[in-house]
Amino acid sequence: MAKSYAITVKNLKKSYGKNQVLNGINLAVERGTMLALLGPNGAGKTTTVRIMSTLLGYDAGTVSIEGHDVATSPDDVRSIIGLTGQSAAVDEILTGRENLIMMGRLYRLTKESAKARANELLEQFDLVDAADRSVKTYSGGMRRRLDLAVSLIATPPVIFLDEPTTGLDPRSRIAMWDIINRLKESGKTILLTTQYLEEADQLADNIVVIDGGKVIAEGTAKELKSKVGKDRLELTFASAATYKNALDSIGKQIFDSNEEEKTITLVISDTNKDVSDVLNRLTKAKVKIESMDIHKPTLDDVFLSLTGKAKKGKK
Amino acid sequence: MNEKETQVELVFSKQPKFMQAITDSLLMIKRSSTHIIRNTDQLLGTFFQPIMFLVLFTAVFNAVGLALPKDISYLDFLMAGIIVQTVAFGSTTTSIAVANDLQRGIVDRFKSLPMSNVAVLNGHVISDVFRNGISTTVMLLTGLLFGFRPDASFSDWMLIIGILVLFTLAFSWLSAIMGVLAKSVEGVQWMSFLIVFPLTFASGAFAPTESLAEWIRPFAENQPITHVIEAVRGLMIGTPIDDHGWLAIVWSLGILVVSIPVATWLFKKKTIKV
Repeated sequence: MAKSYAITVKNLKKSYGKNQVLNGINLAVERGTMLALLGPNGAGKTTTVRIMSTLLGYDAGTVSIEGHDVATSPDDVRSIIGLTGQSAAVDEILTGRENLIMMGRLYRLTKESAKARANELLEQFDLVDAADRSVKTYSGGMRRRLDLAVSLIATPPVIFLDEPTTGLDPRSRIAMWDIINRLKESGKTILLTTQYLEEADQLADNIVVIDGGKVIAEGTAKELKSKVGKDRLELTFASAATYKNALDSIGKQIFDSNEEEKTITLVISDTNKDVSDVLNRLTKAKVKIESMDIHKPTLDDVFLSLTGKAKKGKK
Repeated sequence: MNEKETQVELVFSKQPKFMQAITDSLLMIKRSSTHIIRNTDQLLGTFFQPIMFLVLFTAVFNAVGLALPKDISYLDFLMAGIIVQTVAFGSTTTSIAVANDLQRGIVDRFKSLPMSNVAVLNGHVISDVFRNGISTTVMLLTGLLFGFRPDASFSDWMLIIGILVLFTLAFSWLSAIMGVLAKSVEGVQWMSFLIVFPLTFASGAFAPTESLAEWIRPFAENQPITHVIEAVRGLMIGTPIDDHGWLAIVWSLGILVVSIPVATWLFKKKTIKV
C-alpha cells in the first residue's frame, strides 16, 4: 500500500569538526500524522529539526518536505513549514499582537489579513488579555503559545515543534498538549521532538527513538513497548510479613521487588500459565495478596533497555 | 481549529520580488524604530547626551576658542564637531541591535520566514538614521539657545543634512559588520568604543587639526571624520571647505560600497548555514 509522506529524511549526516552529531538518520512522516523524535539531551534532535527547517546545513543525505528539497529549494520549504523552537522566537519588545501582525506580513499576508489572523490566533491561544502587552512581561507558557501561534500564521501544512514543553510547569504543559492535539486534529503533519517519554506516548502516532545521532528504534508506542518484551505482573501485599513470605515462596522468577511499597514484579510470557502458577504457590503458602495488576512495559522501560541509560527523574 | 483551521480569508500579496524586499525592509524599520521608542533609557540618552556634551565641551575646552579667528566663537566652531561625534557614536547602536538579534531566538524566526534576510539589517540601519536625526535636532536647538549663530543658507542646510545622513548610513553599516562579528553584546560595545573614540577625538572636532600634536596630525587631517566635520562646519559657519566637501562624500560612499555587501554577506553566512 502506497503511503504519502510529508517528510522524508534519508541517511542524514552532520558533523561539527570531528564531532559527528548525526550519523545517518532515516525517517519518514506520513501526511497528517504526528511523529515524535524521542531522545536524551544531545541525541541530535534539535540538529535534525534545524536541518529540516532550513536553518542549518548538513554534510550528506537528503531531506524533503512535501516534495521540496531543503538544500535546493529552501524558500519553498520555508513557505510550507512552521517552526517552534526551544527558545521562543518572538520579539521581546513588541507586543503579542505586533509580533503576529509583523510575522504575518513577512509571510506575505496583506495588512488586513494579517490583522484578522492575529486576532483569531490570539483568541485560539488564549492570549487576548495579554495581546497589547510587551512580550517581556509574558510567562514562559505564554511565550511558547505566542511562538506557536506565530508559526501557524500562514497555516503551514507541516509543523516542527522542538521540545515545545521543555521548561514549562505542569499546567502549561497540559495546555500545550491540548493545543498540539487540536493541531493534529486539523490535519497537519507534525514532527515533535521531546525527551519526555510520556509526551511522545500521549501525542504521537509514531515514535522514532534516537541516541548518539542514530535511530535506535521506531514504531508506534505500542510496538516499541512490545519490542521490549513481555508483560509485567505486579503483586502488592498488605504487610511486611506477607511480603517476606511471598518473596520466599515465589523464588527465582522475581524481576523486581520493592520492600517499601511491598510490591513484587514478575515478567510473564504465558499469562494463563504463569499467573496461575504464581497464584497457586502463594495460595499453598497461605500468603494473602492485597492487589495484583498486569501491565505492558512503559516507555521508560523501552528507553532504558534501548539506550542503556537511565532516564533522569521519575514521574 | 477543529474543522477549519482559520475563519479568516488569508489574502497573500502578489508583489514582485524586489517590492517584497522593500516591504520587508519597511516592516523591519518599523520594528527597530519601535524598539528605539520603547527603550526609554536609550531614548533619554538620545535627548540628553547631546545637551550634556554641548554644555560640557563648551565649558571645558573654552580656551581653545582663544586660538580661533576673532569672528568665530568656540561654540560656533564646536557645533559641527560635536554633531558628527554624536552621530558617529549613535551609529554604533546598530552593532548592538544586530548582535542582540543574533544572540536571541528571534533570528531563527527570521531565518525560517520566506523574507529577505537583509531587511533585518536595513531596519536597524535606517532606524539609526532616524534616531541620529533626533539627536542632531536636539543638539542644534540647544546650541541656538546657548548662542550658536550659523550663517548657512537653506541649500547649505540641505547639503549638511545630506552629508550627515550619508555619513550615518556609512557608519551604521560598518557597525552592522561589527554586530555580526561580535561574540557578545558587551563585546561589541567595547569594539565600537575602541574604534569610534579615537576617530572622533583625533580629528578636527574639538580643536583645529593644526593645533594637534605633531605625530597625530597626519592621521587627523586625512581621516574621514575630519572631512565630514570640516565640510559640515564650512557649510554652517563659512569656514573654508577646500577639499573636505567632496572627500567627505567620497569617503562615506566608499565605506557604504564596501560595508553593505560585506555586512550582508556575513549576516547571510551567519544566519543560513552554520
